[in-house]
Amino acid sequence: MTVDLRSIADKAPRPERHVPVVVVGAGVAGVAAAVAAARGGAQVLLVDEHPVDNDMMAMDVPLYFGQRMQESVRNRALMMERVVEANPGLAEAHEAGVDVQLGTYVWGAFVNGPSVRELPGPMLGLADDRRSWLVGYDRLIVAAGARDVALGFPGWERAGAMGASGAHALLTRYRALASKRILILGSGQLALATAALALQHGIEVAGLVEVGDALRAEIGSVPALHGVPIYLSHTVKEARGKVGEVESVALVQVDAALEPVAGTEREIACDTICWAVGLVPNVELLHLVGARLAFSSPRGGWVPQLSDVMQTSVTGVFAVGDCAGVRDGVGGDPDVAHEQGRVAGVAAAESLGANLSPLPSRVRAAADGPAMHAYWQQWLQSLLHVGGWEVNVCQCEEVTRRELVEVKPPRYLKWDSPQMSARSLDTMLRDGPVNQDQIKRLTRAGMGPCQSRRCREQVGLLLAQASGTTMDRIPLPSFRPPLRPLPLNVLWPADEPPAMREHWVGWFGIPTQFSPHWEAGMAIAEPTAQTPLIPSDE
Amino acid sequence: MADPKGAAVVIVGGGVTGLSAGWWLARSGVDVLVLDKGIVGWEASGRNGGGATHVYSPFGLEEQRLWPQMDDLLGYPTEHQPYRIGIALSENQLALARRSAEIAETRGFRWELLDRQQVKELVPIAGDNAIGGTFLHFGGHANPQRTVQAYAWALQDHGGRILQHTTVTGLTIRSGRVTAVETSRGSFDAETLIVAAGPQTGLFADMLGVSLPLAPARVEMIATEPLPLMRHGGVAGNGLYGRQTLRGNLVYGGGPHEWINVPDMATPEHPNTPLVRNLARRLAELLPGAAHMRVIRSWGGVAENTPDGLPVVDRLASPDNVIIATMSSVGFGLSPAVGKAISEMVVHGRCLFADLSAISLGRFADTPPDWRERAGWIAGASSIAEAAAGGSR
Repeated sequence: MTVDLRSIADKAPRPERHVPVVVVGAGVAGVAAAVAAARGGAQVLLVDEHPVDNDMMAMDVPLYFGQRMQESVRNRALMMERVVEANPGLAEAHEAGVDVQLGTYVWGAFVNGPSVRELPGPMLGLADDRRSWLVGYDRLIVAAGARDVALGFPGWERAGAMGASGAHALLTRYRALASKRILILGSGQLALATAALALQHGIEVAGLVEVGDALRAEIGSVPALHGVPIYLSHTVKEARGKVGEVESVALVQVDAALEPVAGTEREIACDTICWAVGLVPNVELLHLVGARLAFSSPRGGWVPQLSDVMQTSVTGVFAVGDCAGVRDGVGGDPDVAHEQGRVAGVAAAESLGANLSPLPSRVRAAADGPAMHAYWQQWLQSLLHVGGWEVNVCQCEEVTRRELVEVKPPRYLKWDSPQMSARSLDTMLRDGPVNQDQIKRLTRAGMGPCQSRRCREQVGLLLAQASGTTMDRIPLPSFRPPLRPLPLNVLWPADEPPAMREHWVGWFGIPTQFSPHWEAGMAIAEPTAQTPLIPSDE
Repeated sequence: MADPKGAAVVIVGGGVTGLSAGWWLARSGVDVLVLDKGIVGWEASGRNGGGATHVYSPFGLEEQRLWPQMDDLLGYPTEHQPYRIGIALSENQLALARRSAEIAETRGFRWELLDRQQVKELVPIAGDNAIGGTFLHFGGHANPQRTVQAYAWALQDHGGRILQHTTVTGLTIRSGRVTAVETSRGSFDAETLIVAAGPQTGLFADMLGVSLPLAPARVEMIATEPLPLMRHGGVAGNGLYGRQTLRGNLVYGGGPHEWINVPDMATPEHPNTPLVRNLARRLAELLPGAAHMRVIRSWGGVAENTPDGLPVVDRLASPDNVIIATMSSVGFGLSPAVGKAISEMVVHGRCLFADLSAISLGRFADTPPDWRERAGWIAGASSIAEAAAGGSR
C-alpha cells in the first residue's frame, strides 16, 4: 500500500500528556466541576489563564481591561499570589487532588470530524508565556465564563474605556484597577454590582447611566449605592481628555425616540467609563469542538444546547457556569454555578466508570430573564443618534460604523471607484442574508489582534439593525484558533515528529504540478529536508 | 434573451474560476448565471495564499499580463502587488527557488539571485539563517477574499447574475446536451453549462457520465498581527507560501495536507489542527525578526487535485455543451487567465491565447478507478503502519 509521505500520515500531533478530565476555567463552576470529578476518582486538570500577562491585558484579551491596569500587573509573581489568594476554591481543588495550572491559556480544541481524521484523540492547545503544548482529554468541562458587551462612542479608544468583567477581574483577582472615579453604563444587576464593588475598593462612582427611562434592577437592595448619581434616559456623547486618556465623559439626555435633547449635555469628570450593560457567554471552545449552539437573547446570545447534566451535543464535553448562558446580562448565582459544576463533574467521572451514588439533585433551571439584544440595540440607537456614523466600530482595524454598513474596503487601500461606491450592505442583501464573516473579510471589522472581542457584538448589532433583521438570524461568526493571540515563538512546538521535518513541502509535493507545460516530462520535485532537488531532465 | 429562469451560460460554482469565467462572459455581453451552494468565494478561492506567479502554466503568460490590470478591469480592489522574493534557508531550498526562476527565464522573465545581505536589505525581518534567495521581477500576489468579491460584483455590473445558497441537485440531459440545471431553488435552463465546482467537480463529471479523477484535501494557514509594511510583501520560502498583506499581517501556509472525502454537495468543514504550531515554527524560522509577533487567526480550506496536479479545462465530447474546469489546487493566481480562456471557449469555441491540450480531460482516460489508493491519496490513513497493514478507516 502506498503512503503519501507529503500528507499528514505519520505526522499526527502527539499530546504532551493525557488527562481523563480537563476543566477550563477556575471560577465557581469550574472549581466545583474539578472537585466533583476528582472526588469521583477521576484524574483532573484544572486550567485557568489568570494571571494573564500585561501584554495580553493591553490588547484587551481575554477581557476588556481598557488600559486601566496598575503597574503592578507586570509583577507576575505578585499577580499569581493575588489570583490564588482571591480564589479559595483553588485550595479546595488542590486538596481534592486536582492538578491546578494557572496562568495557562487554552487556545485551541481539536477533534476529529469529517475532514480531520488524523488526530489520535481529542486534544487541547495550551500555552503559558513561554511555550505551547497539547493535552489530550477524555472529558472536557468548559467553564470559560463570559465577557462584556461594549459599544463604541467618540473617544472609546482612550485608556479608561473598559468593561465590567475587566473591572471585576482587576479589582478582585489582581487588586490592580487603576481607576479613581468610574462612570458606569447600565443599570441592571451587573451595573449595580460593579458600582458596589468599586465603592468597596475605595473608587468613587461618578454615576450610573441608563439609556432607558427606568433602572433595570432594584437599587434599594444595595445600600452602598445610596447617593450615587443616576442618569436615566441618558447616553454617552463623547469621552474626553488629554491625549489617549479618559478624563471626562459628556452625557446627553435622550427622548423616547432615543434622540438627543438639546441643551441637556453635561460633562462628568471621571477617569474610567465602564460598560456594564450585559455579558456574552464565552463559547469559543465549545464552537471549536463542534458543540451545537443556539441563539438565546435572554441568555446572552449563542449558548450551548445542554442535557440535564450540562453535557453539550458532543458526548463527553460539558459546559457550566456563565459560558452555558447568563441571565439578565449578569453572571449566574454562585450557587447555581456551583451546582452546575458539581453535576457536570460527577457526570464526567461517572461516564469514566466511577461508581458514584446517584445525583441528589439536578440543576435547577432559573427562569429566563429579559431579552438582552433589544436593550443593547437601544443603546446602539442612542449612540448612533448622538455620535453619528463616523465612530469606530472596530478599534483594531479602525473601521467606522459607516464603513461597515457601506461595506467599504479599508482606508489604507485608498480605493475609490464608482462601482465600489455603488456597493453597500443593501446591495449585498440582494444576494443573500447578512453574514458577519463575509462583511468582516471585506471591511476588516473584527480582524485585529483583540480577535474581535471588543467589536463582535456591536458589529452584529449594527449589521442586524442596518439590514432590518435580528441577531438570531445572523449566523454565528466563526472563531478560529489560536483563541488567544500568541507569539509565533510561543505557539511553535519545541519538537516535531521526525516525519514532519523530513517530508515538509510547501504544497502537495506532486512533481508535475509546477513543471513547465511546454516541456513534456520535465518535473521538479520539491526538495525536502533530506532529498535534494532533482529535476527530471538532468 | 434567455428565459429569466435560465441563462445562455449557467456556471456551477461561485469560486474564483467560475466567477472569473462569468465575469469575462458577462463583459462580452453573454447572459450568464452563476449558482453557488453557499456564498461566493467561500471555499478555497477565498482562503489561500494569494500567489499569482505561475509562469510554467499554459495560462502563465496571460496571468502575468492580466494581473496588473485587474483592479482597473474589475473596478474593485484586488490588492494585487507585483514581484516575489524567495528566501532560502538551505541549499535545497535555494536550488528550488533558482529552478523556478530559471524556468521563468526561459519564458522571458527577469530575476536575480540574492545573497544573504541583499535578502536582509529587502526583508529586514529575515535572519542570518538565510543563505540567499531570489528576486523575481514578475509574479505577485493579491487578496483572495477581496478578489473573489470583486469578480462577483464586476460580473453583476455587466449584467450577469449570481444565485447564492442554491445547491445543484441534478442536470437534465436531452439529445446529448445539458438543457437544464436542477437546484434547491428550481430548474434553470442552460444553453451552455460550465462546471467549476472545486472539490465537487468530480461529482458533476459523474452525473455527466465522464470520469474526472479528483482527490480533495484539507490545508491550513495562519495569520499574524500586523507588522510594519515591507517594501515587497511577496516574501516566501522555507516550505511556506504566503505574503504580507497590505495591512501588514503575515499570512502563510504549507506543510502536510490531509486527504479527505467529499461525500456529496455538503459544505466541507474547515477546521484547523495543531499543525498551526508547525506553521508558526517555520514562519519564525523564515522571518526570525517577526518571531515575537502574535498569531491571531488560522484557517483551513479544501483544495482538489488531479493525479498529475495539473488543471482540467476542457469541453466534453458529450454532452457537448459542457465545459469542465478544475484548477487542481492552483487556481487563484491563474484565475484572470483561466476565466478568459473559458469565456473564449464559449464564445469562440477554443482558447485563443494558449494551447490547452496539456490539460485536457482525455489524459485521464486510462486512470484506474482505484488511483487514489494507488497514490496513497486516501482519507484517514493516519499512520504509515496502519496503511501498511491495509487498514484505511
